[in-house]
Amino acid sequence: MIQAVMVISTQAKPRLLKFYNFQSPEKHQDIVRGVFQLLSARPDSVSNFVEVDGIFGPGTKMVYKHLATLYFVFVFDSSENELAMLDLIQVFVETLDKCFKNVCELDIVFNFNKLHTILDEMILGGQVIETSSEQIMKSVEEIGRLEKQSSTTSLIPKSISDRFSR
Amino acid sequence: MASAPPAPAPAHTAGPSLVDTLFQRSLDDLVKSLRADPSAAGESAAVARALSEIHREIRTPDAATKAVALQKLTYLSSLHFAPVASHPLAFPAIELLASPSLPHKRLAYLAASLSLHPASLSLLPLATHQLHKDLSPSASTATAHRHVSALALQLLGSPAAATAPDLAVHLAHDLVPHLSRGSPRAIAAAARVIAGSPSAAVPILFKPLAACLASPDPRASTAAAAAFCDLSAPPADAAPFLPLAPDLYNLLTTSRSNWALIKVLKLFARLAPLESRLAGRIVDPICQLLTHSSAMSLTFECIRTVLTALPAHDGAVRLAIGKAKELLAAADDPNLRYLGLLALGMLGPAYAMTVNDCRDVIAQSLGDADTNIRREALYLMRGMIDENNIVAIAAMLVSHAAKSDPEFANDVLGAVLAVCGRNVYELVADFDWYASLLADMARTLHCAQGDEIGRQLVDVGLRVRDARPELVSSARSLLIDPALLGNHFLFPVLSAAAWISGEYVDFTKDPLELVEALLQPRTSLLPMSVRAVYIHAVFKVLTFCFSVYVEKLGDSSKEVDVVFNELVIDQTVRGESKVALGSAEEQDIRASTVRKDPFSHASILYMINLIKTTVGPLVECNEVEVQERARSLIGFVHLIRDIQELNERKVADDDKQSRVNELVKTMRTIFCQELGPVSVIAQMKVASPEGLDLNENLAELTDIVSEDDTAPSTSIFFYPRSRDSVQTRDEPALSIGLSSLSEHRKRHGLFYLPTGKTEDEPSDYPHANDTLPSCSNETVSDDELKTVEPVFAGKKSKATKSRPKVVKLDGEDFLSSMIATTNILKEDPLSGALRGVLSGRDAKTSSAQRASDVNSEGMLNKMGTNESSSQQIENLGNHPTSSSRTSTQQNRDKKKGTNPPESDVKELRKHRSSGRSGHRQGKHKHRERSSTQPDIPPQAPVIQDFLL
Repeated sequence: MIQAVMVISTQAKPRLLKFYNFQSPEKHQDIVRGVFQLLSARPDSVSNFVEVDGIFGPGTKMVYKHLATLYFVFVFDSSENELAMLDLIQVFVETLDKCFKNVCELDIVFNFNKLHTILDEMILGGQVIETSSEQIMKSVEEIGRLEKQSSTTSLIPKSISDRFSR
Repeated sequence: MASAPPAPAPAHTAGPSLVDTLFQRSLDDLVKSLRADPSAAGESAAVARALSEIHREIRTPDAATKAVALQKLTYLSSLHFAPVASHPLAFPAIELLASPSLPHKRLAYLAASLSLHPASLSLLPLATHQLHKDLSPSASTATAHRHVSALALQLLGSPAAATAPDLAVHLAHDLVPHLSRGSPRAIAAAARVIAGSPSAAVPILFKPLAACLASPDPRASTAAAAAFCDLSAPPADAAPFLPLAPDLYNLLTTSRSNWALIKVLKLFARLAPLESRLAGRIVDPICQLLTHSSAMSLTFECIRTVLTALPAHDGAVRLAIGKAKELLAAADDPNLRYLGLLALGMLGPAYAMTVNDCRDVIAQSLGDADTNIRREALYLMRGMIDENNIVAIAAMLVSHAAKSDPEFANDVLGAVLAVCGRNVYELVADFDWYASLLADMARTLHCAQGDEIGRQLVDVGLRVRDARPELVSSARSLLIDPALLGNHFLFPVLSAAAWISGEYVDFTKDPLELVEALLQPRTSLLPMSVRAVYIHAVFKVLTFCFSVYVEKLGDSSKEVDVVFNELVIDQTVRGESKVALGSAEEQDIRASTVRKDPFSHASILYMINLIKTTVGPLVECNEVEVQERARSLIGFVHLIRDIQELNERKVADDDKQSRVNELVKTMRTIFCQELGPVSVIAQMKVASPEGLDLNENLAELTDIVSEDDTAPSTSIFFYPRSRDSVQTRDEPALSIGLSSLSEHRKRHGLFYLPTGKTEDEPSDYPHANDTLPSCSNETVSDDELKTVEPVFAGKKSKATKSRPKVVKLDGEDFLSSMIATTNILKEDPLSGALRGVLSGRDAKTSSAQRASDVNSEGMLNKMGTNESSSQQIENLGNHPTSSSRTSTQQNRDKKKGTNPPESDVKELRKHRSSGRSGHRQGKHKHRERSSTQPDIPPQAPVIQDFLL
């Protein structure tokens, strides 16, 4: 299964953290720090896999992609295929790109909830449930529509309905 | 808006004011304020301010305000590691789960799934009802319902909730309709719930989940394959999943989804070792995938499956190796090269030759920029080493280490040391080479393996007689290099080199140079423990020189009055000293070297003066070890001060000369006894003295004692103190020691054993030092020593030199018993639950009393009620029952009261022949199954019928 999905900026700031195996909240910061150290030590144009037994337990690996100012990191165990995970990162990034029209770090910073919505359409409980970025896009848009419907019928401060409008 | 007016104190305690609600900051505002001051201090201040604000807002009765506060808190706890413990996030989240507004509900579900903590699980029962409601069909529109149930499934699959047993008990039934619809979300959630609380969830969820595997919807079957792959992952036991093999096989041959195929391959890789016939069945489809697939991920998975699970199918393995080499050749993609190396690393020793073919590529990968690739390459190199290529590969690796970064260099050196030292140097045939290799390794830049190199230097010295001359010259080269004295990683190596030079001083070409090296000024950089070894080595060298000198003196005085104080080489004298040295090799080199005679009177005087000036001050040293050795050395020099006069007065004073002779000879005999390796189980061989009942009063100490004795150490134990003291070697002194020992023991009874160890040794266990000098291996090997040479006799045809004897203690059986791991089979809750539940008992009893008659037949039974795989059950009627089966059966008999007659096997076969095509005819099969169910077949035949 997939153990964790992380997006970390090159400034070592976490932009998205999702753990599928329980990690106590106190440890999150250490994990991010440890992962970032591993990533930042790796030069460009080397393989995208890192063994992370020390952080996530025996047999775990991490695959990452370094795009612009962000590291996209998936951590997984022996039940996943390395190259398939690399593809999955690609799917995730493509979907983000479609949802935000040329995604940049700021989109990710300001769209905490939407990012989770996208991720949840793709992975549930560490299992991949959808691998087509079109399909994910469709679901996310549908959720947006539904929320809009729902929010027009209730009294919600504008700031919230704004945020869900896209 | 960023600076909301601080609420007055009374309002703060009374709850949020209207002002707070109106001017509440949204999440975007919060993010902006956090980004306003990117410094760490600024950020933490902003977080603290936001937290206090949220703390106030979250208690408002207004749902909208609460939702925003919750959202901000979720954000802060997720990405800014804000301590949520002081802000109970779970409660407001659970409150909002019931909100009729979809955005609020989504926020609440996100907050709950991100931050539910096992510690906050006590709150979860509050959510159970809401989850139940959201999972059940509702009056709202289809899409809305789908989204709401998706949220609930998401929460069920979240890490904290998945471990809550209550939740599984209450909600498992709600999952079933979603599963039968084949929703991938529900399948994934069910997998998590089963993994979290098997005993409660398996009876309800396993069947529908297994049905999904045969679903015509590829999304459902893919998700189900992934779910089973996850559930069968180690450390779980894969055996209960064997009955799924037919459905998995079906997927393997028909599915077009790479994701599904990868998961199915992973499952088969786990199942194949459990069922021998499975491999033959799946090998063809896998080879087809391997040849035709264009997806690299699938190709790699096929390679992995073949290499790990189908090693017996040579054709498939060759095909997989070919593909792996293609990966390896991918020049532009480091990922593929890495995976190619990984694949080669999975090959067993049977295919070592194939790996050897790629040696050049692998060696090249050692220099790759990528640490992954380097590490895998090193691993492969390590596996490649055998007794024929060890010289070439080890030399290559060591030269590579010199060029690598410090970390990898040490990995390489560590690997070389581990491989060469494995099983008492079983691969090393040429110890001269190895001795110089060890010295080379020590000199490698960044070398941090000093401890192991030092240990092996000494160990080789003790075990391999023939390697000693070369060891001594390697040690010399290490000792005379002043640069090495500054590297603290090398101190253990230098210590070993000094010890070797002192212990095997007979092989030294130039004792004078050695003494100079051991006393060079930079030795002050050494730690005290090493200095002590250095001084002691000087002691040994000095003793050796004196004895040669005195002997020479005696000889020559009988013949002619040769002049001793001349510094020229005197061939006749040298010849005699050569006899004393007794080394043929020495002779050649000696003869060719023109150097001043180290055994001349001048040299001796020079040595004595050097020692007096350099070691003299150390007599005042604070460190006892150094002080003691310095004192004994200086004391010895003082004792034989007369030696200085011997030459001047020539043969004048016979008395003095004989006294010096005596002294020197005594000292020499102390050191000339050879030290041998000590068996790690030496203590066990010590018979307990009469009258000492070890078991009586020391029962409570047995644990400690046995631990001590069997410590799996490969190193040699020295008792330096006992080497120093003359008594341990002297027979009369020894007996005195023993008598006083036994007296002492009488008085101190209980406390004696732990400290008495070393004193006990000489009496009962032949002293390590006594065993070797006689050197006839037959006498030595019969009891405590074993020389292991014959093992290699056959293989050595290629080696130019015959392998010298290597003294090996502790027979293989002992070593292997040390290694034997306690392979305790862990009772895996999942498989336990699977078996227990599926063997027909109802859920409650199963969780209580499974395990004892665990049998995967239960699984089959369960599968029988599953439409997709029902036909496998049918032919199972009359197979011989295993022993464990009887108990299950009895059990069942009791419960059911009746044991339905066994079905007609022929009828079943006929049924089966109608094949998979008919497997969706529900009712008929169900009836059939109910009759076959009680006859639970052992698992093997199922597979057989399917496979053949």
